[in-house]
Amino acid sequence: MKERAEKTSPSLSRRRFLQVASALGLAHLLTGSEQAQNTPNLPQNPQFKAPGQTRHLPRVQAAYTFFTLPEARFVEAAVSRLIPADDLGPGALETGVAYFIDQQLQGKFGLAATWYMQGPWQQGTPEQGYQHPFNPQELYRLCIPAIDMHAEESKGQVFADLSVSAQDDLLAALEGEKLEISPLPQFFLSTFWQILYDNTMQGFFADPVYGGNDQKAGWRLVGFPGVAAAYRGVMEAYYGRPYQVEPVSLADLQAGAALADESGHAIHRDLATGEILSVHPESFKHEH
Amino acid sequence: MSTKLEKVDAVVIGVGWTGGILAKELTQAGLKVVGLERGRYRQTDPDFQPPHIHDELRYHVRYDLMQNLSRETLSFRNHQEQTALPYRVLGSFLPGEGLGGAGVHWNGVCWRFLPYDFEIRSQTLARYGERKIPDDMSLQDWGLTYDELEPYFDQFEYTCGISGQAGNLQGETVAEGNPFEGPRQRPYPTPPLTPSYANLRFRQATASLGYHPFMQPAANLSEVYTNPDGITQGACVYCGYCQRFGCESYAKPSALTTVLPVAMASGLFDLRTHCNVIRINVNSSGNKAVSVTYIDAQGQECTQAADIICLNSYVLNNCKLMLVSGIGKPYQPASGTGVVGKNYCYQASTGATVYFEDEIFNTFMGAGALGVSLDDFNGDNFDHSNLDFIHGGNIANYSTGAGPVRSRPVPPNTPKWGSAWKQNLAHYYNRSWSFSTQGSVMPYRSNYLDLDPTYKDVYGLPLLRMTFDWGPNELAMTEFMAQILEGIAKELGADKYSISKLTKHYSIVPYQSTHNTGGTIMGADPNSSVVNPFLQSWDVDNLFIVGAGNFPHNSGYNPTGTVGALAYRAADAIVNNYLAQPGPLY
Ligand SMILES: Cc1cc2nc3c(=O)[nH]c(=O)nc-3n(C[C@H](O)[C@H](O)[C@H](O)COP(=O)(O)OP(=O)(O)OC[C@H]3O[C@@H](n4cnc5c(N)ncnc54)[C@H](O)[C@@H]3O)c2cc1C
Repeated sequence: MKERAEKTSPSLSRRRFLQVASALGLAHLLTGSEQAQNTPNLPQNPQFKAPGQTRHLPRVQAAYTFFTLPEARFVEAAVSRLIPADDLGPGALETGVAYFIDQQLQGKFGLAATWYMQGPWQQGTPEQGYQHPFNPQELYRLCIPAIDMHAEESKGQVFADLSVSAQDDLLAALEGEKLEISPLPQFFLSTFWQILYDNTMQGFFADPVYGGNDQKAGWRLVGFPGVAAAYRGVMEAYYGRPYQVEPVSLADLQAGAALADESGHAIHRDLATGEILSVHPESFKHEH
Repeated sequence: MSTKLEKVDAVVIGVGWTGGILAKELTQAGLKVVGLERGRYRQTDPDFQPPHIHDELRYHVRYDLMQNLSRETLSFRNHQEQTALPYRVLGSFLPGEGLGGAGVHWNGVCWRFLPYDFEIRSQTLARYGERKIPDDMSLQDWGLTYDELEPYFDQFEYTCGISGQAGNLQGETVAEGNPFEGPRQRPYPTPPLTPSYANLRFRQATASLGYHPFMQPAANLSEVYTNPDGITQGACVYCGYCQRFGCESYAKPSALTTVLPVAMASGLFDLRTHCNVIRINVNSSGNKAVSVTYIDAQGQECTQAADIICLNSYVLNNCKLMLVSGIGKPYQPASGTGVVGKNYCYQASTGATVYFEDEIFNTFMGAGALGVSLDDFNGDNFDHSNLDFIHGGNIANYSTGAGPVRSRPVPPNTPKWGSAWKQNLAHYYNRSWSFSTQGSVMPYRSNYLDLDPTYKDVYGLPLLRMTFDWGPNELAMTEFMAQILEGIAKELGADKYSISKLTKHYSIVPYQSTHNTGGTIMGADPNSSVVNPFLQSWDVDNLFIVGAGNFPHNSGYNPTGTVGALAYRAADAIVNNYLAQPGPLY
């Protein structure tokens, strides 16, 4: 691991603070001399500066913090049918996708923090998009027991306990808007399906730091390298040839478990041989 | 109670691409300028540095850099008979928020509109006669010509360092470039990017069909470049995290990496972020703007007086702020009178995805604007005599970088989940890519922007209301384009392909493009436009309104090259004409 020596100097961080504070309209809290320095000043030239190393990142102990136990069982079962484990490798269940969804629901996505959620409410046309007063947390909380109730009443068992083929049938009915669960209007179920589906895909392919894609299994499935290298010069060397590397995650780089070049881009290793692939950092040299 | 702030020479509302250009040009002319930006302060380092910037979930799917709709959005309907409902979740377009605006997370495809675009009405009439323009199509000339705008295209391109291949140098056609482009005075500042493998395949196939493919102009720089202001930019590393991401390499020009450093170094630019403008105040006779009212970071209302006011808050809020401030006559669709909100247009796309059994493309490598384009079916570059539409669109294959959170191509008729889906995805993820038409949109009397009667933003102001649907021109044009795309898919020898056509009605749900246009259109006649050809309000002569809102129709291209040129021209008019003699410039 190449040492990234450069540290944020006190004057740089002071400048950043003054810039942010002044931009926030807090200039009056600063002293006179600070105010003199507080004009935001963007760097005039690219200054490629590797970030300093962070010191300690804990291994997260996973536990469901939003889902109730029956909800967790439902989601584990559903995601394992959407992306099953098979000859090609682990599926969504084995890679933590249910936990990913739990954590997403616990945060700003679950609370629809950046959605416009003011009334009045009215169902619109499909072209007008999402028009429900429910945020994703509430949709999961409402639709899971509805589907479990339906499964229990029609098949004698909650969704998680059905045979996989019965689970597949039920998911296909949900997808095809053929599931009718009185008194729930169809749009609840169709919206829930779309969100469950999207969340499953996101969990399987997003950076493992969010709790899914464990061991980068989603990336390995498709041959995605994760955090990018600088592909300048590399792209043409691989015309028509697979670029097969050990994928690199955000945590690998932040914790120093993977190599980075001087600009912070990942240095990839050949998947088969483990050898470091040549990278082309010449684009970062600025002597003219 | 509004805190009254001492008068300055100029206020810039919104500090994105165009706000940055105005801030730089006006401070360089010695004016004291206040910049009001509703979003946060940010800069390339540390805000856009790896590894955290290479996070598809955060930036691509959760829209970390885009407008927070919980505070402000717009409402939408296809037709006047419907009730407009709020755009609650981002989808079709992604307005920016924060210093640098949407310019921070754009792709960087940087076009000049065609000479035809600026004189679309007269040229269409001259070539095809009256009958070619339906009564309900409010097609207008722009009030300036391509030649008048050329120096400003040049200025924007050289400020950015655009990478590309000239096709028409002072009237001479240049091999490998776009033979349909308007004449340019000099080559692009930097050479074209290196094509991806998919780009090469696309170029070869379209050339053998007799079309004229070329490496499209990119604001992802092919090499390190120092611009006329002495600002050095980095070279693109083809990392594939571009559209919707900030660039860690200073290689995707935005206001942050070009014009704002100059404005800030002048000592004359007073930037205030987290300041949301709610109103432009005019004098009692309504012909001069006197100040701007905004809510600052601490929630306090402030009123900033200024001699000149530049409205640069993107197409949508430019129109909204005009309407809530009562400047200019609001457009009335029933009579076709009034101007503010008129000629809202968008982009009509059709796409093709091709699948190959035995070819690998490494589609996760790339750059936002890395692509091969052709203009054979754009503008009036082809004969429309026997066609039931005008205009057309650019056709391009982009290699923007296809991470699996955003892009999971599987051939038509593949299940969407389960083992069969997984198998197909594993096989085709790296054996598939797309190309598409960026289709023009013509203005119709029934497509417009006004204020919503019901829904409000967090400041208590009415939401902007959008009434928009595809017109007959878009439906016919994209039908025609779909056939061209299909021909290309066949020529490529794709094992499988799919074509996606325009849906019957415009939907605000799927992402299409952040190329909203119109609402504050330009023109030579105050009865049919909001601003004159210098982007000066016809009603309030110290107010300049800048952005793609000025477009009377939308061309078959991304907008920003033309927006940048118009911004530079407006700045030039302010500095060199207006300051000496404040008053109407046209
Ligand atoms: C994902 C994406 C990809 C794109 N790709 C391309 C491309 O390849 N080629 C191309 O030509 N174009 C592209 N665009 C479009 C391009 O980003 C815009 O055309 C360009 O940024 C417009 O410049 P502007 O100054 O009008 O708006 P912006 O750059 O968005 O700046 C407007 C600023 O005003 C601020 N603002 C808004 N309202 C207020 C208010 N009330 N008070 C204070 N501040 C306010 C906003 O926060 C914002 O910072 C893309 C856009 C997106 C989102």
